[in-house]
Amino acid sequence: MPSGLASYIIRRLAVIPLVLLVVSFVTFSLGRFAPSDYVELQAGPRAKPETIERIREDRGLNDPVYEQYVRYLGNFLTGDFGTSTKYRLPVEDVILPKLWITVQLNVVVVIISWLIALPIGTWAALRRGTWLDPLTIGLFLVPASIPVLVATPIIQWLLVVKLSLLPSGGWSDAEYFGIELGIFSKRAIMPVLIMAVPSIAGIARYMRTQVIDVLDQDFVRTAKAKGLAANVVVVRHVIRNAMLPIITLFGFELAALTAGSIFVETLLGIPGIGQFAFEAVNTRDYDVIMAVVMLGSVMFMTAMLIVDVAYGFIDPRVRLGEGLKE
Amino acid sequence: MSTFESVAQAPFAPAASGVPRLLRRIITRPVAVGAIMVIVAIYMAGILAPLIAPHGFNETDLMHGNEGPSSAHLLGTDRLGHDLLSRSIWSAQTTVIISVATLINGGLIMGVSLGLLAGYRRGTTDFAIMRLGDIFHSVPTILLLLIINASLRDRVELWAEQISDFTGIGWIGESGMASYFLVFGTLSLFGWVGIARLVRSQVLALRESQYVISARASGASTGRILFRHLLPNVSNLLIVALTISLGGVAAAEVGLSFLGIGIQDRPTFGLMIAEAVGLQNVREHTHLILVPGAVIVALVLSFNLLGDQLTDILSPRRR
Repeated sequence: MPSGLASYIIRRLAVIPLVLLVVSFVTFSLGRFAPSDYVELQAGPRAKPETIERIREDRGLNDPVYEQYVRYLGNFLTGDFGTSTKYRLPVEDVILPKLWITVQLNVVVVIISWLIALPIGTWAALRRGTWLDPLTIGLFLVPASIPVLVATPIIQWLLVVKLSLLPSGGWSDAEYFGIELGIFSKRAIMPVLIMAVPSIAGIARYMRTQVIDVLDQDFVRTAKAKGLAANVVVVRHVIRNAMLPIITLFGFELAALTAGSIFVETLLGIPGIGQFAFEAVNTRDYDVIMAVVMLGSVMFMTAMLIVDVAYGFIDPRVRLGEGLKE
Repeated sequence: MSTFESVAQAPFAPAASGVPRLLRRIITRPVAVGAIMVIVAIYMAGILAPLIAPHGFNETDLMHGNEGPSSAHLLGTDRLGHDLLSRSIWSAQTTVIISVATLINGGLIMGVSLGLLAGYRRGTTDFAIMRLGDIFHSVPTILLLLIINASLRDRVELWAEQISDFTGIGWIGESGMASYFLVFGTLSLFGWVGIARLVRSQVLALRESQYVISARASGASTGRILFRHLLPNVSNLLIVALTISLGGVAAAEVGLSFLGIGIQDRPTFGLMIAEAVGLQNVREHTHLILVPGAVIVALVLSFNLLGDQLTDILSPRRR
């Protein structure tokens, strides 16, 4: 790749701290703007107002918000992400185990969905116009239209209550090779299933339309006409071109890693980062909220950058860096 | 957001196919008509809730809690004996209010105006609007929605009361009203970006066309060019994008209410689901989840089907 790519990546990377600065300030102010703070919530209704006031004074909560923000930012830049007021532990010690659970879950879901969805999406596209069409379209559309909130209790009813196949929820703390790998336990089957099925349906649906779009193009007809075997045409010409828009979807999935599974986690009692973030908002655990939002934003922007760069590699027509001047 | 982009990639439909022509094409497709009928039925139920709901939304029948369907309660009751049919109808009202308010505020007012302006003015205006959009686009939406709704709730309620006292308009200060403003406000705040990008990309293509140049030459004001000349030509794509976004807004409202930070003091599908989950409920009172679940799935599915059909109609290559 030419040096244009390097400067493009550098320019994009340079934007990340700026966005983080805006996002962190907004989040920080919103946290302080909330009606009660953690001191009040933890002290309970019977605590003396003077005590609460003294603790606030000690922790600097009575200082102007911008002073608190500058202090937070200073600490953040020196690698001190703050303390969870609920768990009384450094933020990273609380967040990392929860993040690890969510990452395990999502990575497995992403791998499974893409391995299954791309072939069946392509397969369905190649059979367009046959009697299978309404069937596959329906099969892709319906699961993609059932919100997780509705699907989870119903699948629970089927698999746990009626068939007694699986444990009802929670997360296993099974360890393999000294690392927590709950994903390999029976408890992980239900969340993976609940998240993977709509994901497969959605990706397959999108893949189908993309492949159909490519199939109609001239170069595919040329490839067929010059006598290439059908499967060579599909693999070498069709799939490669159909993958382009699909990659964007992949980026969104990567980006949703931090909080995307919040509903499954809440419903099945999985102690992941989504559920944890919700808890942090409710207990006004300021530093945890900040850390989760910043982490989420960094992951989101990184995923988007990876997508754009991948675009440039797959499709030489995409000239990165020139798009910005437009 | 990805839904808007997939629409944006569809080839641009020529200006000749106006809205009436779009409607004529829709009625020849049974799937599209069916989807519209489901959506209209649910929306009408919500709008007419005070007239058609057999029971009030807070009416309890404690002697008949958690019962399955019966002649007195057609879809059964929940733990407190709320009639589930009535609660669903009132929940539909919440969904309709939030969807329409978000559509008008985030989709039409913010999304369309900012998109038109960015595409037409270009330069600094364009840069400012699109970078602002980038910021909203690069944060985890659900987390920010959570934080905003949890942090601002009490303040907004207070403001609503004060505004109500000041202006003498009673309904603004009613309990729970503030949560409507908060929910559709935050959904709009994160929802306008996709629409604005779509409109902008179309306007960029159209702004150098003959009729826009001649309008500018004959001294038409920016506002007139934007709304009389450019807007009608992006209206078809806009209708598709907005239709698809309505399903997403409904799902988001359900999610927020489920977490307890959505609409307060009114029934919502999210609240109904929150009261229906848990292993014991799932085992013994399965109807609790089936009732709100069926309505939400019907609504989201219909919006998706309709969106598919509209995209089909508007993209010539797939016709």
